[in-house]
Amino acid sequence: MWQYQPVPTTLDAIRERLGAAFPGATIQVRDTTGGDDHFEARVLSSAFAGRRQLERHRMVYAALGELMATRIHALSLVTEESNNP
Amino acid sequence: MTDALKTRITETIASNRIMLFMKGNPSMPQCGFSAAVVGILKEVGVPFGSYNILADQELREGLKEYSSWPTYPQLYVDGQLVGGCDIIREMHAKGELASLLKAA
Repeated sequence: MWQYQPVPTTLDAIRERLGAAFPGATIQVRDTTGGDDHFEARVLSSAFAGRRQLERHRMVYAALGELMATRIHALSLVTEESNNP
Repeated sequence: MTDALKTRITETIASNRIMLFMKGNPSMPQCGFSAAVVGILKEVGVPFGSYNILADQELREGLKEYSSWPTYPQLYVDGQLVGGCDIIREMHAKGELASLLKAA
């Protein structure tokens, strides 16, 4: 029997990785061109408390891992501290 | 990473107090994010060095590993990574960038 298997988009993969790395965070990701390779992401997380922007962005990049080198061509980031745990 | 590459990276970073690793060069950036940072540096009006990572695949990959930063542009001041385009834009909007760049 033939079964349709949707291919996860890079957008889905980004949401999944960020959700796993920043539990409880508010995460908004947008494909800016429709090409599934240019994105904007906003992450609002308590994990950013006391960390400089440089470190926050590094945390996001680390969560995305090899996606940064393979499927993500450009990523514009906003990282903010949230008071929620 | 080889010692030779690491040395080449640290020497290139140290070649200017303000050093921008970018796609293309300041007069002809090959990427919108690189162009944006060049524009901000010119607006602040400080001298800066730049390095076209598109012309040096070895350094391009090596610097990402060295700095734990997977994207370009990367701006260094006094040998320290300040950030990429988003952070530079944000610091500029808050008025923090000029004081960092102009500090002796």
